[in-house]
Amino acid sequence: MTTPVKNPETQVKRPDEPLFKRLTRHQMFIPVAALVLLVLFNLIADASFFAVSVKENSLGNPVLSGNIISVLDNASELVILAIGMTLVTASSGGQDISVGATMAIAGSVILRMVCGGQVTADTMQMNLILAVLIGIAVTALFGAFNGALVAYFKIQPMVATLIMFTAGRSIAAWINNNQLPIINDIAFKYAGTFLPGIPVPTPIFITAAVILIFWLVLKRTNLGLYTQSVGINANSSRLNGLDPKMIKLLTYVILGVCVAVAGFIRVSRSGSINYSRIAENIEMDAILAVALGGNALSGGRFNIYGSILGAYVIQFLTTTLYKYDVPSTALPAYKAVVVILLVVLSAPVVREKLASLKKAPAKTAKEVS
Amino acid sequence: MQEGAVLEMRGICKYFPGVRALQDVDFTLREGEIHALMGENGAGKSTLIKVLTGVHPKDGGEVRIKGVEGAAVIRSPQDAQNAGISTVYQEITLCPNLTVAENMYIGRTKGAVTNWRAMNSGAGKILKSLGIPASPKQQLGSCSIAVQQMVAIARAVDMECKVLILDEPTSSLDEQEVIKLFGLMRDLRAKGVGIIFVTHFLEQVYEVCDRITVLRDGQLVGEYVIEDLPRVQLVSKMLGKELDDMADIKGESGGAPVSMEGAPVLEAQGLCSSAGIKPFDFSIRKGEVNGFTGLLGSGRSECVRAIFGADHVTAGTVKVDGKEVKIHKPIDAMKCGIGYLPEDRKGDGIVGDLSVRENIILALQVMKGFFRPFSRAQAEAFADEYIKLLEIKTASADTPIKSLSGGNQQKCILARWLLTDPKYLILDEPTRGIDIGTKIEIQKLVLKLAAEGKSVTFISSEIDEMLRTCSRLIVMRDRKAVGELNGEDLTQSKIMATIAGGDEA
Amino acid sequence: MKKLLSLALAAAMSLSLAACGGGGSSSSKPAGSTPAGSTPAGSTPAASSQPAASSQPAASGEPITVGVINNDPNESGYRTANDAAMRATFTEENGYKATFYNNNDAAQQIATAQQMIQDEVDFLLLSPASTTGWDTVLQDAQAAGTQIILFDRMLEADESMYAAAVVSDMPAEGTTAVDWLAAQGLDEYNIIHIQGHMGSDAQLGRTGALDEKVNAESNWNYVTQQTADWDEATARNIVQSVIDSGKPFNVIYAENNGMARGAVAALDAAGITHGKGGDVIVMGFDSDKWAMEAVLSGSWNYMGLCNPMQAETVDGIIKDLMAGKAPAQKIIYTPEQGFDAATITQDDVDTYGT
Repeated sequence: MTTPVKNPETQVKRPDEPLFKRLTRHQMFIPVAALVLLVLFNLIADASFFAVSVKENSLGNPVLSGNIISVLDNASELVILAIGMTLVTASSGGQDISVGATMAIAGSVILRMVCGGQVTADTMQMNLILAVLIGIAVTALFGAFNGALVAYFKIQPMVATLIMFTAGRSIAAWINNNQLPIINDIAFKYAGTFLPGIPVPTPIFITAAVILIFWLVLKRTNLGLYTQSVGINANSSRLNGLDPKMIKLLTYVILGVCVAVAGFIRVSRSGSINYSRIAENIEMDAILAVALGGNALSGGRFNIYGSILGAYVIQFLTTTLYKYDVPSTALPAYKAVVVILLVVLSAPVVREKLASLKKAPAKTAKEVS
Repeated sequence: MQEGAVLEMRGICKYFPGVRALQDVDFTLREGEIHALMGENGAGKSTLIKVLTGVHPKDGGEVRIKGVEGAAVIRSPQDAQNAGISTVYQEITLCPNLTVAENMYIGRTKGAVTNWRAMNSGAGKILKSLGIPASPKQQLGSCSIAVQQMVAIARAVDMECKVLILDEPTSSLDEQEVIKLFGLMRDLRAKGVGIIFVTHFLEQVYEVCDRITVLRDGQLVGEYVIEDLPRVQLVSKMLGKELDDMADIKGESGGAPVSMEGAPVLEAQGLCSSAGIKPFDFSIRKGEVNGFTGLLGSGRSECVRAIFGADHVTAGTVKVDGKEVKIHKPIDAMKCGIGYLPEDRKGDGIVGDLSVRENIILALQVMKGFFRPFSRAQAEAFADEYIKLLEIKTASADTPIKSLSGGNQQKCILARWLLTDPKYLILDEPTRGIDIGTKIEIQKLVLKLAAEGKSVTFISSEIDEMLRTCSRLIVMRDRKAVGELNGEDLTQSKIMATIAGGDEA
Repeated sequence: MKKLLSLALAAAMSLSLAACGGGGSSSSKPAGSTPAGSTPAGSTPAASSQPAASSQPAASGEPITVGVINNDPNESGYRTANDAAMRATFTEENGYKATFYNNNDAAQQIATAQQMIQDEVDFLLLSPASTTGWDTVLQDAQAAGTQIILFDRMLEADESMYAAAVVSDMPAEGTTAVDWLAAQGLDEYNIIHIQGHMGSDAQLGRTGALDEKVNAESNWNYVTQQTADWDEATARNIVQSVIDSGKPFNVIYAENNGMARGAVAALDAAGITHGKGGDVIVMGFDSDKWAMEAVLSGSWNYMGLCNPMQAETVDGIIKDLMAGKAPAQKIIYTPEQGFDAATITQDDVDTYGT
């Protein structure tokens, strides 16, 4: 019974794996498969999901409208956070759970700057770019704080960032003297809505720009190599002349910058802020996006595009659930089920099993013959 | 099953992506024998053992175990343990944050309740009977690597196994400990246990083993009774060619010719680090190969780590090419043209999940700078060049380095430092745990580098390796440099005497 | 580099420390200046010597000690206003020594309440985060002679356990809003219902009336009924999704103003007209000034007022109790009303907006 196994054909074939197995092994398999499934589901259930129409918005500008546009638009903050979260995960083998709270801080700082300390402002009191830069500086500083705790004081990332997770929203409120500032200047909302005359939501452009910047940074610098090297083996990295602590810190600062951009988009969607509700639980979605992207939450090798895709999948899922009018109380449960499925599917153990499942029928057929 | 056999493996096949790790391998272990499993790194020894112990599922063939009807089904290490197969792996797989006793009994206690007192006293007895200097309640991580290894063996011994697998158990033990281990192995043999012994030390094989099975490139070469297989033949079977290289190297004994003129490439005075070595002086000339020798824990690695800035340097001055430099951290040393291949390949050398290519270019890339990454094409060219030059066996340059065999991993690390074109290269145990073929290649490479005018510090636990390559040896004892030998003094007996310290007293 | 780093680190830390201090200062400042029962050392022993007396005649000039336990002021604009009003009312100028505590966690609130009772405050003003779990606190208070006045939120207990309750009537708010909506006389009501945090007092009250009406009337339909958890961005998402699906709707019933604003953002983006004379009726709740301005400008149609200004009423009750006068009713509902785009005036905005 051992003879058929040994025939030359199989011997040659076995080492180079079948296409299916190679596919399932690929890091992007899970997010792509999830996206394809969601797309297929929507195509079959109601193809109008993908319809994009041109409408005129309240300012009289022609704008694109449709579920796809909504997904791309609403996923923006999550995508940007997921990028930073991927780097932090890779370098430190842990996650920053304070991103939602620091988004509140970024939003609060930016609003305070443009409102000039007033509760309600009809025009911006400060150059918007300057205000955003200040916001970025502040959250980068908080990122440095988190990063220093992780890298220099060797505190577990989740514990280290728990501090900001707890205090962040109070700090955000304190920045505006516990008041809820409102900016009514239409120009402030350009970043969260539409630029005049441009039919595509601005957050999509901002996100594209952020992705482009990271693509360039990863191409033009050694950020990727250093981060992964440090995440995989900090000792080796140090003996190769890297400063693992500095690199960990750097990734947290980068995440801080991402947080500021995401926070800016979020507050400029409405021109206001609600400290305890803004971006609530977004850290969980950001971590989930990283995991969905096939990245190990224990750090090391990463694929930033996997995380980006993961973030879009999450938003796609949310929008689909809204579309099918899943009862509000059941929504989290539905989401959880889908998430569990996706995460279990992406576990290496299950993927191995999947690949061997596919192989099994062929084997039995051979034995019969 | 054969008469007297305790384990039979027939037609075992195992495939990894792009690699045939095992092809149709047979292996038989008889009751009461010590059976050496030999082969170069990458020959498939470790894979065979992992298939046997259920770590990897096999892709073909069958396993029969005495006392088990039909083909044995081993899907997990637990299955293997239940079938009476115990293993001590090359890399310690115990939990450093648990106590010694806990490590010995973990996964073996029946039921939910643990009797701590019984566990500790049981562990204490075994440790005592094996002469292992550890207390049951001590945290494992606080023991030396050697003791940790022995605890792993004690754990396996205690499980009353039919088959005991020792995968490179001696690589971190000193001679006394090895003798103790061999005594233990012989005892177990007398009790009828079949022992599979995987090692690179030929002397040890001939000292303790009854039979040898040789693997090469995932295939079975043959099974031999020890008396029928002289060393030279064993080596040639392992390498797959009649080999005179060993003789070649011995012919060049005395190492590289030393040029005594000219200023030293590196000169250190009163160097001292946080790792707890006594201040030492050191210098090396252009084209010189020297070495640090001494027993395990004598401080030889700590010395070179201090030179490279790997540990926190607390005192001393260093001059490179006559100019005083400050080396606080590895990057400072690298900028002075120093390369360092660390002792702990897995923990300090490789970056496991990164590809062979990324591992090779890492050091040079770091020196080049954060904002100036090599282009993909450039990196590939570097990697391909050194893969060819050092004959690194890998499916491709994109393969994660962790899936390579130990010897090939070490070659990658060597490639990494050669790529930086160092003036001075420190090799700390570059030949540990790798196959003979690669060992010889590395020794030859060291001599070649010296001939090209590079300075090399070479550290090895095998004194004859040092004798073959080094022209000067610094002898360490108790974290202190106690002697320097060169020229006629470079003999095995003289080195031993210096290490032991008999002369001075 | 290292120096730069340590500088940045120090800055970050000191900033966050300062921020922590600042964030807490709103609650800790009064606490620091008035450790409730202990500062007026002379008066408290006297008070405790006659604990049974429910109205402790504070000698003129002797401040009344109160402990105020409220929810997180950042929770919503409503809560911010509510908290600010309490802090503005219970001041030394008004004859009070007040200790404030803010937390959304009922367990923390209970622990603090017990501490305040031990500190022998005269009155404990309480906006409980949960409706249950307060039995011990109520009993302890009674034993210690501390009077409890509930504000804004109710808890499950017999009326005798507290002196008074000044609360918003959430079901009434819902009914007022639904009645107003019915009075608009639309042929068909296709409603996007955006709910608050499920199970909260406000959500239950504001959902209840609408559910009833939709079940009863054949021309009232839900296009969708989803919770946005009081979050503006989620509300915008929900409305956007309905717009994308192409389902017709003409009413947005959002259970607070923030969510209504999120919904309006989605409408604006799609160019759907709303408010006075628009295609879609927009309804919100609470008391935010900006929301009232939106109603005034006709961008929204309706805002159900949930008056956060209970402080004055509570103040009156305390003064009455001190004078030995029990409140006429135990449960006092703050006056609630709805503001309609057609009838709202700038005066209303100035009076009720917060």
